[in-house]
Amino acid sequence: MSLFNVMDIASTGMSAQSVRLNTTASNVANANSVSSSYDQTYKARHAVFSAELDQASGQQNPGSKVRVLGIVESTKPLQIEYSPGHPMSDENGYIYKPNVNVVEEMANMMSASKAYETNVQVADTTKRIFRRVLRLGQGQ
Amino acid sequence: MAINLDNLMGFHHKALQIRTDRMEVLAGNLANANTPGYKARDIDFQKAMKNAQQSSGNNNLTRTHDNHIKGSTQSTGQLQFRIPNQPDTGDGNTVDVQVERNTFLDNGLRYQAGMEFLNGKIKGMKKAIGGGSQ
Repeated sequence: MSLFNVMDIASTGMSAQSVRLNTTASNVANANSVSSSYDQTYKARHAVFSAELDQASGQQNPGSKVRVLGIVESTKPLQIEYSPGHPMSDENGYIYKPNVNVVEEMANMMSASKAYETNVQVADTTKRIFRRVLRLGQGQ
Repeated sequence: MAINLDNLMGFHHKALQIRTDRMEVLAGNLANANTPGYKARDIDFQKAMKNAQQSSGNNNLTRTHDNHIKGSTQSTGQLQFRIPNQPDTGDGNTVDVQVERNTFLDNGLRYQAGMEFLNGKIKGMKKAIGGGSQ
């Protein structure tokens, strides 16, 4: 019920989006990490968000914070390529490439950075309003 | 006639309280802009204001035991889901970031206007106390 709650909500939004940016960065960085077995290959990771329910804990806050439920690995099939000359190829000559879709990840990154920006602006507006509240009744 | 500070500032005080609540709801919407299944919410300012004016003073129910349910008639009662203006995008989320951002900005400006009104009241009161000689 106070402006501090707005700040809290904005900060949970920022941290959730930074987790998302983190997973995206890791996915893009590992987009070409090949390996010689299905299990060892890097799989695309994605953060799952959920709204926090304060009502359950007895508090009645109108706004809801966001929280990262967890990070899931994509179950899309990996790209298997026949390349017998490759140093990482298995005994049959196959290499395994991650199931990262770089175009998708770039779109994800833009969405995450925009959402992060929005949360920063919310915090900034709240800060400005806070300052005005503190100056209430001062001056002539 | 005694000066009643509640009468002097009561209206703007209540308005600012609802504005703060509304700001929290909108911040929650923006933070959950990418949460699957989240439904955008908002407070109907007009209704909340009407409610606040009718109830006087402390609008929380008195509790005589810890296990009693907290009853409050605060603006959270006016919390409603926003009607989405475009079809479901596939994940059940109804937050339109542009709409929310504009509403947040609008709400912030009105909050500042409320602060200005309150400041004016305080200035007037100061002048009255100082006898206008300041």
